[in-house]
Amino acid sequence: MSEFLYVYRGGHRDGGWSKQSPEEIQQIMQKWMTWMQGLAEKGHLKDRGHPLEPEGKLVSSKTVTDGPYAEKDLVGGYSLIEAKDLAQAAELSKGCPILERGGAVEVRPIMKM
Amino acid sequence: MIAALTRVFGFHNLALAEDVMQDALCRALEVWKHHGMPDNPSAWLMTTAKNCAVDVLRRERTARTFAPEITRLLESEWTFRPTIEAAFGPHAIQDDELRMMFSCVDPRLTEEAQVALILHILCGFSVGEISNAFLCSAAAAEKRITRAKKVLATATQLFELSGTEDFCSRLSAVHRALYLLFNEGYHGANTKTAVRVELCREAMRLATLLRDHPLAATPPTYALLALMCLHAARMPSRVDESGSLSLLPDQDRSQWNAELIREGQRLLEESATGDVVSEYHLEAAIAWCHASAPTAQATNWAQVITLYDTLLRIRPSPVIALNRAIAIAQHAGPEQGLVAIQAIDGCERLQAYPFYPMALGELELQCGRKTRASQHFTAALQLARNPTEQRFMRSRIEACALR
Repeated sequence: MSEFLYVYRGGHRDGGWSKQSPEEIQQIMQKWMTWMQGLAEKGHLKDRGHPLEPEGKLVSSKTVTDGPYAEKDLVGGYSLIEAKDLAQAAELSKGCPILERGGAVEVRPIMKM
Repeated sequence: MIAALTRVFGFHNLALAEDVMQDALCRALEVWKHHGMPDNPSAWLMTTAKNCAVDVLRRERTARTFAPEITRLLESEWTFRPTIEAAFGPHAIQDDELRMMFSCVDPRLTEEAQVALILHILCGFSVGEISNAFLCSAAAAEKRITRAKKVLATATQLFELSGTEDFCSRLSAVHRALYLLFNEGYHGANTKTAVRVELCREAMRLATLLRDHPLAATPPTYALLALMCLHAARMPSRVDESGSLSLLPDQDRSQWNAELIREGQRLLEESATGDVVSEYHLEAAIAWCHASAPTAQATNWAQVITLYDTLLRIRPSPVIALNRAIAIAQHAGPEQGLVAIQAIDGCERLQAYPFYPMALGELELQCGRKTRASQHFTAALQLARNPTEQRFMRSRIEACALR
Protein backbone atom coordinates (compact mmCIF):
# COMPACT_ATOMS: atom_id res chain seq x y z
CA MET A 1 0.00 0.00 0.00
CA SER A 2 1.25 3.49 -0.82
CA GLU A 3 0.02 6.82 0.36
CA PHE A 4 -1.44 9.59 -1.74
CA LEU A 5 -2.59 13.11 -1.18
CA TYR A 6 -5.94 14.23 -2.58
CA VAL A 7 -5.98 17.95 -3.16
CA TYR A 8 -9.50 19.27 -3.77
CA ARG A 9 -9.51 22.14 -6.22
CA GLY A 10 -12.28 24.51 -7.28
CA GLY A 11 -15.86 23.31 -7.22
CA HIS A 12 -17.48 26.64 -6.28
CA ARG A 13 -16.65 26.47 -2.68
CA ASP A 14 -17.83 29.64 -1.03
CA GLY A 15 -20.86 31.55 -2.14
CA GLY A 16 -21.80 28.40 -3.99
CA TRP A 17 -23.76 27.21 -1.00
CA SER A 18 -26.00 30.24 -0.77
CA LYS A 19 -27.23 29.65 -4.32
CA GLN A 20 -28.35 26.11 -3.52
CA SER A 21 -31.72 25.14 -2.14
CA PRO A 22 -31.76 23.20 1.14
CA GLU A 23 -32.58 20.01 -0.76
CA GLU A 24 -29.61 20.48 -3.08
CA ILE A 25 -27.31 21.20 -0.14
CA GLN A 26 -28.53 18.07 1.55
CA GLN A 27 -27.86 16.08 -1.62
CA ILE A 28 -24.34 17.43 -1.99
CA MET A 29 -23.58 16.76 1.67
CA GLN A 30 -24.98 13.26 1.39
CA LYS A 31 -22.79 12.54 -1.60
CA TRP A 32 -19.68 13.73 0.19
CA MET A 33 -20.40 11.75 3.29
CA THR A 34 -21.24 8.61 1.34
CA TRP A 35 -18.07 8.93 -0.69
CA MET A 36 -15.83 9.53 2.33
CA GLN A 37 -17.56 6.72 4.22
CA GLY A 38 -17.03 4.38 1.27
CA LEU A 39 -13.29 5.12 1.22
CA ALA A 40 -13.05 4.67 4.97
CA GLU A 41 -14.86 1.33 4.95
CA LYS A 42 -12.56 -0.08 2.27
CA GLY A 43 -9.56 1.04 4.30
CA HIS A 44 -8.42 3.68 1.81
CA LEU A 45 -8.88 6.69 4.06
CA LYS A 46 -5.70 7.24 6.03
CA ASP A 47 -6.68 10.71 7.20
CA ARG A 48 -9.90 12.57 6.40
CA GLY A 49 -7.86 15.74 6.20
CA HIS A 50 -9.39 19.20 6.52
CA PRO A 51 -11.09 21.92 4.56
CA LEU A 52 -9.02 25.09 4.13
CA GLU A 53 -9.95 28.71 4.70
CA PRO A 54 -10.35 30.54 1.38
CA GLU A 55 -7.93 33.32 2.29
CA GLY A 56 -4.16 33.03 2.64
CA LYS A 57 -0.88 34.46 1.49
CA LEU A 58 1.36 33.51 -1.38
CA VAL A 59 4.96 34.16 -0.31
CA SER A 60 7.76 34.34 -2.86
CA SER A 61 11.30 35.67 -2.47
CA LYS A 62 10.27 39.12 -3.64
CA THR A 63 6.60 39.52 -2.88
CA VAL A 64 3.88 38.44 -0.53
CA THR A 65 0.47 38.36 -2.22
CA ASP A 66 -2.87 37.98 -0.51
CA GLY A 67 -5.51 35.46 -1.50
CA PRO A 68 -8.15 34.82 -2.63
CA TYR A 69 -7.01 33.00 -5.71
CA ALA A 70 -8.73 32.12 -8.95
CA GLU A 71 -11.78 30.06 -8.12
CA LYS A 72 -10.87 27.07 -10.27
CA ASP A 73 -7.41 26.68 -8.73
CA LEU A 74 -8.48 27.36 -5.17
CA VAL A 75 -7.44 24.50 -2.95
CA GLY A 76 -10.47 23.81 -0.79
CA GLY A 77 -9.10 20.95 1.29
CA TYR A 78 -7.10 17.75 1.35
CA SER A 79 -7.27 14.12 2.46
CA LEU A 80 -4.70 11.36 2.85
CA ILE A 81 -5.40 8.16 0.94
CA GLU A 82 -3.96 4.67 0.91
CA ALA A 83 -4.02 2.77 -2.37
CA LYS A 84 -2.18 0.04 -4.26
CA ASP A 85 -0.74 2.41 -6.82
CA LEU A 86 -1.32 5.76 -8.50
CA ALA A 87 -3.75 4.21 -10.96
CA GLN A 88 -5.96 2.91 -8.16
CA ALA A 89 -5.73 6.19 -6.24
CA ALA A 90 -6.82 8.07 -9.36
CA GLU A 91 -9.63 5.60 -9.97
CA LEU A 92 -10.91 6.02 -6.40
CA SER A 93 -10.97 9.80 -6.75
CA LYS A 94 -13.41 9.57 -9.64
CA GLY A 95 -16.27 9.15 -7.18
CA CYS A 96 -15.52 12.50 -5.55
CA PRO A 97 -18.63 14.74 -5.66
CA ILE A 98 -16.45 17.80 -6.37
CA LEU A 99 -16.17 16.60 -9.97
CA GLU A 100 -19.90 17.10 -10.49
CA ARG A 101 -19.56 20.76 -9.59
CA GLY A 102 -16.75 21.70 -11.91
CA GLY A 103 -13.98 21.00 -9.44
CA ALA A 104 -11.01 18.61 -9.68
CA VAL A 105 -9.02 16.29 -7.50
CA GLU A 106 -5.25 16.40 -7.77
CA VAL A 107 -3.82 12.99 -6.85
CA ARG A 108 -0.18 13.04 -5.74
CA PRO A 109 1.88 10.08 -4.52
CA ILE A 110 3.63 10.76 -1.25
CA MET A 111 7.35 10.22 -1.57
CA LYS A 112 8.72 7.70 0.91
CA MET A 113 12.31 6.71 1.52
CA MET B 1 -30.27 31.74 15.09
CA ILE B 2 -30.74 34.92 13.07
CA ALA B 3 -32.88 36.14 15.96
CA ALA B 4 -30.06 35.58 18.46
CA LEU B 5 -27.51 37.24 16.18
CA THR B 6 -29.78 40.21 15.64
CA ARG B 7 -30.22 40.47 19.37
CA VAL B 8 -26.48 41.07 19.90
CA PHE B 9 -25.83 43.00 16.70
CA GLY B 10 -28.89 45.21 16.95
CA PHE B 11 -31.80 45.26 14.58
CA HIS B 12 -30.20 47.75 12.23
CA ASN B 13 -27.53 45.09 11.54
CA LEU B 14 -29.97 42.46 10.31
CA ALA B 15 -28.02 42.10 7.06
CA LEU B 16 -24.82 41.52 9.03
CA ALA B 17 -26.56 38.86 11.09
CA GLU B 18 -27.64 37.13 7.90
CA ASP B 19 -24.11 37.23 6.50
CA VAL B 20 -22.69 35.78 9.70
CA MET B 21 -25.32 33.06 9.64
CA GLN B 22 -24.49 32.24 6.02
CA ASP B 23 -20.80 32.15 6.84
CA ALA B 24 -21.35 29.83 9.79
CA LEU B 25 -23.40 27.52 7.60
CA CYS B 26 -20.79 27.43 4.81
CA ARG B 27 -18.05 26.63 7.32
CA ALA B 28 -20.07 23.89 8.91
CA LEU B 29 -20.82 22.32 5.53
CA GLU B 30 -17.16 22.34 4.49
CA VAL B 31 -16.09 20.65 7.72
CA TRP B 32 -18.94 18.16 7.52
CA LYS B 33 -17.89 17.20 4.00
CA HIS B 34 -14.66 15.87 5.48
CA HIS B 35 -15.69 14.67 8.88
CA GLY B 36 -19.32 13.79 8.48
CA MET B 37 -22.34 15.36 10.14
CA PRO B 38 -22.20 15.61 13.93
CA ASP B 39 -24.93 14.04 16.05
CA ASN B 40 -26.51 17.37 16.81
CA PRO B 41 -25.96 19.59 13.77
CA SER B 42 -28.10 22.47 15.00
CA ALA B 43 -26.18 22.79 18.29
CA TRP B 44 -22.95 22.64 16.31
CA LEU B 45 -24.20 25.37 13.98
CA MET B 46 -25.23 27.50 16.93
CA THR B 47 -21.73 27.27 18.41
CA THR B 48 -20.20 28.14 15.04
CA ALA B 49 -22.53 31.11 14.68
CA LYS B 50 -21.63 32.24 18.18
CA ASN B 51 -17.91 32.09 17.39
CA CYS B 52 -18.42 33.98 14.14
CA ALA B 53 -20.42 36.58 16.08
CA VAL B 54 -17.60 36.98 18.60
CA ASP B 55 -15.13 37.58 15.76
CA VAL B 56 -17.36 40.20 14.18
CA LEU B 57 -18.05 41.94 17.49
CA ARG B 58 -14.36 42.15 18.36
CA ARG B 59 -13.32 43.25 14.89
CA GLU B 60 -15.99 45.91 14.43
CA ARG B 61 -16.51 47.04 17.98
CA THR B 62 -15.21 50.49 17.18
CA ALA B 63 -16.54 50.82 13.64
CA ARG B 64 -20.16 49.87 14.20
CA THR B 65 -22.75 50.29 16.86
CA PHE B 66 -24.40 47.11 17.98
CA ALA B 67 -27.48 46.49 20.08
CA PRO B 68 -27.80 49.58 22.28
CA GLU B 69 -28.92 47.69 25.37
CA ILE B 70 -25.77 45.59 25.52
CA THR B 71 -23.18 47.93 24.01
CA ARG B 72 -21.68 48.75 27.38
CA LEU B 73 -21.46 45.08 28.30
CA LEU B 74 -19.61 44.33 25.09
CA GLU B 75 -17.03 47.03 25.73
CA SER B 76 -15.41 45.34 28.68
CA GLU B 77 -13.68 41.98 28.46
CA TRP B 78 -15.10 41.14 31.88
CA THR B 79 -18.66 41.18 30.63
CA PHE B 80 -18.10 40.34 26.96
CA ARG B 81 -18.12 36.53 27.18
CA PRO B 82 -20.96 36.17 29.71
CA THR B 83 -23.11 38.52 27.60
CA ILE B 84 -22.52 36.46 24.47
CA GLU B 85 -23.09 33.17 26.29
CA ALA B 86 -26.35 34.50 27.70
CA ALA B 87 -27.53 35.70 24.28
CA PHE B 88 -26.92 32.26 22.75
CA GLY B 89 -28.36 30.22 25.61
CA PRO B 90 -31.39 28.09 24.72
CA HIS B 91 -33.77 30.15 26.80
CA ALA B 92 -32.61 33.46 25.37
CA ILE B 93 -32.96 32.11 21.85
CA GLN B 94 -36.61 31.24 22.34
CA ASP B 95 -37.19 34.70 23.68
CA ASP B 96 -35.33 36.26 20.78
CA GLU B 97 -37.37 34.31 18.29
CA LEU B 98 -40.53 35.66 19.86
CA ARG B 99 -39.21 39.19 19.89
CA MET B 100 -38.21 38.80 16.26
CA MET B 101 -41.71 37.57 15.45
CA PHE B 102 -43.22 40.65 17.07
CA SER B 103 -40.75 42.87 15.26
CA CYS B 104 -41.71 41.34 11.91
CA VAL B 105 -45.37 42.28 12.30
CA ASP B 106 -44.54 45.96 12.17
CA PRO B 107 -47.74 47.92 11.54
CA ARG B 108 -46.01 49.78 8.70
CA LEU B 109 -45.85 46.54 6.71
CA THR B 110 -48.60 44.77 4.80
CA GLU B 111 -49.76 41.36 6.02
CA GLU B 112 -48.11 39.67 3.03
CA ALA B 113 -44.82 41.37 3.82
CA GLN B 114 -45.06 40.36 7.48
CA VAL B 115 -45.64 36.72 6.61
CA ALA B 116 -42.83 36.75 4.04
CA LEU B 117 -40.45 38.23 6.62
CA ILE B 118 -41.35 35.65 9.25
CA LEU B 119 -40.78 32.88 6.73
CA HIS B 120 -37.48 34.36 5.64
CA ILE B 121 -35.97 35.34 8.96
CA LEU B 122 -37.50 32.90 11.43
CA CYS B 123 -38.07 29.86 9.27
CA GLY B 124 -35.02 30.25 7.04
CA PHE B 125 -36.97 30.05 3.79
CA SER B 126 -35.09 31.20 0.71
CA VAL B 127 -36.58 33.83 -1.60
CA GLY B 128 -37.27 31.05 -4.10
CA GLU B 129 -39.24 29.03 -1.59
CA ILE B 130 -41.22 32.07 -0.52
CA SER B 131 -42.10 32.93 -4.10
CA ASN B 132 -43.17 29.30 -4.49
CA ALA B 133 -45.33 29.43 -1.41
CA PHE B 134 -47.11 32.61 -2.47
CA LEU B 135 -47.21 31.98 -6.19
CA CYS B 136 -45.39 35.17 -7.08
CA SER B 137 -42.21 35.67 -9.06
CA ALA B 138 -38.88 35.38 -7.25
CA ALA B 139 -38.17 39.01 -8.16
CA ALA B 140 -41.41 40.16 -6.54
CA ALA B 141 -40.70 38.16 -3.39
CA GLU B 142 -37.16 39.52 -3.26
CA LYS B 143 -38.44 43.06 -3.61
CA ARG B 144 -41.08 42.56 -0.94
CA ILE B 145 -38.52 41.20 1.52
CA THR B 146 -35.86 43.80 0.80
CA ARG B 147 -38.35 46.62 1.22
CA ALA B 148 -39.69 45.14 4.44
CA LYS B 149 -36.19 44.73 5.85
CA LYS B 150 -35.47 48.38 5.12
CA VAL B 151 -38.48 49.37 7.17
CA LEU B 152 -37.40 47.12 10.03
CA ALA B 153 -33.82 48.40 9.94
CA THR B 154 -35.00 51.80 11.16
CA ALA B 155 -35.50 50.23 14.57
CA THR B 156 -32.29 49.50 16.45
CA GLN B 157 -33.56 46.85 18.77
CA LEU B 158 -35.95 43.96 18.77
CA PHE B 159 -39.49 44.48 19.99
CA GLU B 160 -39.67 44.37 23.77
CA LEU B 161 -42.06 41.77 25.14
CA SER B 162 -44.03 43.53 27.83
CA GLY B 163 -47.69 43.81 28.66
CA THR B 164 -48.26 47.12 26.92
CA GLU B 165 -51.08 48.02 24.60
CA ASP B 166 -48.67 47.85 21.69
CA PHE B 167 -47.86 44.29 22.70
CA CYS B 168 -51.53 43.30 22.56
CA SER B 169 -52.13 44.72 19.11
CA ARG B 170 -48.94 43.14 17.83
CA LEU B 171 -49.96 39.83 19.35
CA SER B 172 -53.09 39.79 17.25
CA ALA B 173 -51.02 40.69 14.20
CA VAL B 174 -48.73 37.75 15.03
CA HIS B 175 -51.80 35.49 15.31
CA ARG B 176 -53.00 36.69 11.94
CA ALA B 177 -49.59 36.17 10.29
CA LEU B 178 -49.25 32.64 11.69
CA TYR B 179 -52.83 31.89 10.66
CA LEU B 180 -52.08 33.02 7.10
CA LEU B 181 -48.85 31.04 7.12
CA PHE B 182 -50.66 27.89 8.18
CA ASN B 183 -53.49 28.43 5.71
CA GLU B 184 -51.08 28.94 2.87
CA GLY B 185 -49.64 25.54 3.69
CA TYR B 186 -53.01 23.90 4.19
CA HIS B 187 -55.16 25.31 1.41
CA GLY B 188 -52.47 26.98 -0.63
CA ALA B 189 -52.19 26.63 -4.34
CA ASN B 190 -48.64 25.39 -4.21
CA THR B 191 -48.08 22.15 -6.03
CA LYS B 192 -45.14 20.94 -4.02
CA THR B 193 -46.54 18.99 -1.10
CA ALA B 194 -43.24 19.12 0.74
CA VAL B 195 -43.21 22.92 0.92
CA ARG B 196 -46.80 22.98 2.12
CA VAL B 197 -46.28 20.59 4.97
CA GLU B 198 -43.22 22.59 5.93
CA LEU B 199 -45.28 25.81 6.07
CA CYS B 200 -47.81 24.22 8.41
CA ARG B 201 -45.09 22.78 10.59
CA GLU B 202 -43.33 26.13 10.92
CA ALA B 203 -46.59 27.91 11.74
CA MET B 204 -47.24 25.35 14.48
CA ARG B 205 -43.70 25.65 15.83
CA LEU B 206 -44.00 29.43 16.12
CA ALA B 207 -47.49 29.21 17.62
CA THR B 208 -46.09 26.82 20.23
CA LEU B 209 -43.43 29.39 21.10
CA LEU B 210 -46.24 31.87 21.73
CA ARG B 211 -48.09 29.42 23.94
CA ASP B 212 -44.94 28.82 26.01
CA HIS B 213 -44.44 32.49 26.79
CA PRO B 214 -46.36 33.74 29.85
CA LEU B 215 -47.44 37.00 28.21
CA ALA B 216 -48.26 35.59 24.79
CA ALA B 217 -50.19 32.54 26.02
CA THR B 218 -53.60 34.21 25.75
CA PRO B 219 -56.87 32.36 25.00
CA PRO B 220 -56.69 33.23 21.28
CA THR B 221 -53.15 31.79 21.19
CA TYR B 222 -54.46 28.50 22.56
CA ALA B 223 -57.37 28.59 20.13
CA LEU B 224 -55.05 29.27 17.18
CA LEU B 225 -52.81 26.36 18.10
CA ALA B 226 -55.87 24.14 18.65
CA LEU B 227 -57.13 25.08 15.20
CA MET B 228 -53.77 24.21 13.65
CA CYS B 229 -53.62 20.83 15.42
CA LEU B 230 -57.16 19.89 14.38
CA HIS B 231 -56.54 20.84 10.76
CA ALA B 232 -53.11 19.23 10.66
CA ALA B 233 -54.66 16.01 11.98
CA ARG B 234 -56.69 15.75 8.77
CA MET B 235 -53.79 16.49 6.47
CA PRO B 236 -52.78 12.87 5.64
CA SER B 237 -56.20 12.19 4.09
CA ARG B 238 -56.60 15.36 2.04
CA VAL B 239 -54.88 13.73 -0.91
CA ASP B 240 -55.79 10.10 -1.60
CA GLU B 241 -53.49 7.29 -2.74
CA SER B 242 -53.70 8.26 -6.40
CA GLY B 243 -52.61 11.81 -5.50
CA SER B 244 -56.08 13.27 -6.06
CA LEU B 245 -57.75 15.80 -3.81
CA SER B 246 -60.18 14.15 -1.41
CA LEU B 247 -63.05 16.20 0.01
CA LEU B 248 -64.05 16.09 3.66
CA PRO B 249 -67.05 13.72 3.24
CA ASP B 250 -64.94 11.26 1.19
CA GLN B 251 -61.88 11.28 3.40
CA ASP B 252 -60.71 8.11 5.12
CA ARG B 253 -61.17 9.17 8.72
CA SER B 254 -59.05 6.32 10.03
CA GLN B 255 -56.06 8.18 8.58
CA TRP B 256 -56.67 11.20 10.75
CA ASN B 257 -54.02 11.72 13.39
CA ALA B 258 -55.73 10.86 16.68
CA GLU B 259 -52.91 12.29 18.76
CA LEU B 260 -53.17 15.71 17.10
CA ILE B 261 -56.95 15.63 17.52
CA ARG B 262 -56.55 14.97 21.25
CA GLU B 263 -53.95 17.74 21.51
CA GLY B 264 -56.30 20.08 19.62
CA GLN B 265 -59.17 19.22 21.92
CA ARG B 266 -57.04 19.81 25.01
CA LEU B 267 -55.88 23.19 23.69
CA LEU B 268 -59.41 24.16 22.74
CA GLU B 269 -60.56 23.43 26.27
CA GLU B 270 -57.71 25.50 27.69
CA SER B 271 -58.59 28.37 25.33
CA ALA B 272 -62.06 28.61 26.85
CA THR B 273 -61.23 31.26 29.42
CA GLY B 274 -61.63 35.01 29.44
CA ASP B 275 -64.47 36.91 27.85
CA VAL B 276 -63.26 37.20 24.28
CA VAL B 277 -64.36 34.77 21.60
CA SER B 278 -61.89 35.18 18.77
CA GLU B 279 -62.25 33.99 15.20
CA TYR B 280 -59.69 31.30 16.08
CA HIS B 281 -61.96 29.98 18.83
CA LEU B 282 -64.78 29.64 16.32
CA GLU B 283 -62.68 28.09 13.58
CA ALA B 284 -61.14 25.66 16.06
CA ALA B 285 -64.60 24.74 17.31
CA ILE B 286 -65.75 24.08 13.74
CA ALA B 287 -62.63 21.99 13.10
CA TRP B 288 -63.42 20.10 16.31
CA CYS B 289 -66.96 19.34 15.09
CA HIS B 290 -65.44 17.72 12.01
CA ALA B 291 -62.59 15.99 13.78
CA SER B 292 -64.79 14.45 16.45
CA ALA B 293 -67.47 13.11 14.08
CA PRO B 294 -67.11 9.45 13.16
CA THR B 295 -68.62 10.04 9.71
CA ALA B 296 -69.59 13.07 7.62
CA GLN B 297 -73.28 12.24 8.14
CA ALA B 298 -72.86 12.06 11.90
CA THR B 299 -71.36 15.56 12.04
CA ASN B 300 -73.31 18.04 14.13
CA TRP B 301 -74.07 20.24 11.11
CA ALA B 302 -76.53 22.45 12.99
CA GLN B 303 -73.79 23.41 15.41
CA VAL B 304 -71.33 23.95 12.56
CA ILE B 305 -73.79 26.36 10.93
CA THR B 306 -74.31 28.29 14.18
CA LEU B 307 -70.54 28.60 14.61
CA TYR B 308 -70.22 29.87 11.03
CA ASP B 309 -72.95 32.43 11.73
CA THR B 310 -71.00 33.83 14.69
CA LEU B 311 -67.73 33.71 12.75
CA LEU B 312 -69.31 35.70 9.91
CA ARG B 313 -70.34 38.38 12.40
CA ILE B 314 -66.76 38.73 13.68
CA ARG B 315 -65.08 38.42 10.32
CA PRO B 316 -67.36 38.82 7.30
CA SER B 317 -65.80 36.98 4.36
CA PRO B 318 -67.31 35.41 1.24
CA VAL B 319 -65.10 32.34 1.67
CA ILE B 320 -66.50 31.72 5.14
CA ALA B 321 -70.01 32.33 3.81
CA LEU B 322 -69.36 29.71 1.12
CA ASN B 323 -68.25 27.20 3.73
CA ARG B 324 -71.38 27.97 5.71
CA ALA B 325 -73.52 27.35 2.61
CA ILE B 326 -71.83 23.96 2.13
CA ALA B 327 -72.62 23.10 5.75
CA ILE B 328 -76.26 24.10 5.15
CA ALA B 329 -76.35 21.78 2.12
CA GLN B 330 -75.12 18.94 4.33
CA HIS B 331 -77.72 19.75 6.94
CA ALA B 332 -80.78 20.70 4.91
CA GLY B 333 -80.09 19.34 1.43
CA PRO B 334 -78.43 20.65 -1.76
CA GLU B 335 -81.30 22.97 -2.79
CA GLN B 336 -81.01 24.88 0.48
CA GLY B 337 -77.24 25.01 0.00
CA LEU B 338 -77.67 26.58 -3.44
CA VAL B 339 -80.04 29.19 -2.01
CA ALA B 340 -77.45 30.02 0.65
CA ILE B 341 -74.70 30.35 -1.97
CA GLN B 342 -76.81 32.73 -4.03
CA ALA B 343 -77.36 34.85 -0.94
CA ILE B 344 -73.63 35.32 -0.24
CA ASP B 345 -72.66 38.94 0.24
CA GLY B 346 -69.86 39.92 -2.11
CA CYS B 347 -69.88 36.63 -4.00
CA GLU B 348 -68.32 38.46 -6.97
CA ARG B 349 -65.10 38.32 -4.96
CA LEU B 350 -65.25 34.54 -5.26
CA GLN B 351 -65.15 34.58 -9.06
CA ALA B 352 -61.49 33.54 -9.19
CA TYR B 353 -61.82 31.00 -6.38
CA PRO B 354 -62.01 27.51 -7.93
CA PHE B 355 -63.93 26.08 -4.98
CA TYR B 356 -66.84 28.46 -5.66
CA PRO B 357 -67.92 26.96 -9.01
CA MET B 358 -66.88 23.58 -7.66
CA ALA B 359 -69.33 23.85 -4.75
CA LEU B 360 -72.06 24.96 -7.16
CA GLY B 361 -71.28 22.01 -9.42
CA GLU B 362 -71.29 19.57 -6.54
CA LEU B 363 -74.70 20.73 -5.30
CA GLU B 364 -76.24 20.83 -8.81
CA LEU B 365 -75.00 17.29 -9.32
CA GLN B 366 -76.60 16.20 -6.07
CA CYS B 367 -79.86 17.74 -7.33
CA GLY B 368 -79.49 15.65 -10.50
CA ARG B 369 -78.91 18.58 -12.87
CA LYS B 370 -75.90 17.12 -14.68
CA THR B 371 -75.58 19.67 -17.47
CA ARG B 372 -75.45 22.62 -15.10
CA ALA B 373 -73.11 20.75 -12.79
CA SER B 374 -70.79 19.99 -15.67
CA GLN B 375 -70.74 23.68 -16.67
CA HIS B 376 -69.74 24.68 -13.17
CA PHE B 377 -66.99 22.08 -13.01
CA THR B 378 -65.69 23.25 -16.37
CA ALA B 379 -65.52 26.79 -14.99
CA ALA B 380 -63.73 25.45 -11.92
CA LEU B 381 -61.25 23.61 -14.13
CA GLN B 382 -60.33 26.91 -15.78
CA LEU B 383 -59.59 28.38 -12.35
CA ALA B 384 -57.72 25.37 -10.94
CA ARG B 385 -54.32 26.41 -9.65
CA ASN B 386 -52.35 23.20 -9.81
CA PRO B 387 -52.41 19.73 -11.41
CA THR B 388 -54.03 18.18 -8.32
CA GLU B 389 -56.98 20.57 -8.52
CA GLN B 390 -57.16 20.16 -12.30
CA ARG B 391 -57.26 16.39 -12.02
CA PHE B 392 -60.00 16.65 -9.44
CA MET B 393 -62.22 18.90 -11.58
CA ARG B 394 -61.74 16.62 -14.61
CA SER B 395 -62.86 13.62 -12.59
CA ARG B 396 -65.96 15.56 -11.51
CA ILE B 397 -66.78 16.47 -15.13
CA GLU B 398 -66.50 12.76 -15.98
CA ALA B 399 -68.78 11.91 -13.08
CA CYS B 400 -71.42 14.25 -14.56
CA ALA B 401 -71.29 12.39 -17.85
CA LEU B 402 -71.60 9.01 -16.14
CA ARG B 403 -74.59 9.36 -13.90
